[in-house]
Amino acid sequence: MPSLKDLRNRISSVKATQKITKAMQMVAAAKLRRAQSAAEAARPYAERMESVLANLASGVTAGGPALLAGNGKDETHLLIVATAERGLCGAFNSSIVRLAREHIARLQDQGKTVKILCVGKKGFEQLRRQYERNIIEVIELRGVKQMGFDTADEIGKKIIRMFEEGGFDVATLFFSRFKSVIAQIPTAQQLIPAQIPSNENAPPVEGPQASYEYEPGQDEILSTLLPRNISVQVFRALLENAASEQGARMSAMDNATRNAGDMIKKQTTIYNRSRQAMITKELIEIISGAEAL
Amino acid sequence: MAAFHFELVSPEKHLFSGEVESVVAPGADGQFTVLKDHAPVMTTLKAGVVTVAGGDGKVEKLFVRGGFADVNASGFTILAEQAIPLSEVDIAKVDADIRNAREDFSDAKSDDARLAASDKLSQLQELRAAIGA
Repeated sequence: MPSLKDLRNRISSVKATQKITKAMQMVAAAKLRRAQSAAEAARPYAERMESVLANLASGVTAGGPALLAGNGKDETHLLIVATAERGLCGAFNSSIVRLAREHIARLQDQGKTVKILCVGKKGFEQLRRQYERNIIEVIELRGVKQMGFDTADEIGKKIIRMFEEGGFDVATLFFSRFKSVIAQIPTAQQLIPAQIPSNENAPPVEGPQASYEYEPGQDEILSTLLPRNISVQVFRALLENAASEQGARMSAMDNATRNAGDMIKKQTTIYNRSRQAMITKELIEIISGAEAL
Repeated sequence: MAAFHFELVSPEKHLFSGEVESVVAPGADGQFTVLKDHAPVMTTLKAGVVTVAGGDGKVEKLFVRGGFADVNASGFTILAEQAIPLSEVDIAKVDADIRNAREDFSDAKSDDARLAASDKLSQLQELRAAIGA
């Protein structure tokens, strides 16, 4: 049976923890709002990009640049695993890593070579245990406060350089799509060869489609647009990730705060009970002492 | 004059969306103006100023740093690498950037670095000229 002092200590330490989780939740909420608006602001660009690309790609007859059609092989896979830099955000990091791990296992069963590029420290820490030899590089985003396009562009260029040097045949990007504060969906997206959304769902454009004029040429535009598309997709993934991370952290910290509240209530009841038991015991001692006289 | 739909988006922001009468954009092969019912064109852009004339006679100028322009029957879309309204550009900062870019250019060791520096410098000078005008 813990003494009253032990109970008091326990309650105060839970209270201190609750203050921290509460503060973290509020910080995450404030950051979430910013990250969410950034992710939403980036959406129109990525969507337009897709429709422009779909438009262009529909005009390309057989083959096309390697970034669009692939290099004809399917041997080496590059997995880009984008996670957070920090923990304490619920299942956010582990759910992305789990998806990537399933993917890796499947690819290795098929006898393919797997290379991993980690963006963010947490994913690296979790994958290191099992796939240390497959990890070719880790990009840390610790110093990046506000995700700018330049950061994504650098990663995109790195991927393209590796592709051109023949480092891999297929690239897949793993990140968490932000659906709402309580729902983040880990997603795998193939970057190279580019996946072009079918143009059928797009609203039909009136007028003759074939008469597009290209300046300079169609191939030149495509060859600048495709690398750019990769950077844009990486950028979008990073922004979605940032919003998801804050959302996941917010709900994780909300749970922690509530849990601490429950714990305090329970501990306080125990404390009060044993305090009262002690008083009763003392009273009985006094009374029975007086009766004995 | 008839109006058509124009959109200007950069990766970070949705800068302009609405009905306009004419848009002048800096195409890779020279400036071009788009009016209603322009033939479908797709082109790359170089650094320069996009001038948007709205229906109410209001003229807006935005600086773009490269990107793509897509004109089709549903309207005109610019996907800019970077875009900023001219009214928000800080002249002193641009001048400082130009000085830095000049130094980068003269300090550049490799050809690649020199090329990158001169690209940056010409973009900045383009921007400076646009403000000065």
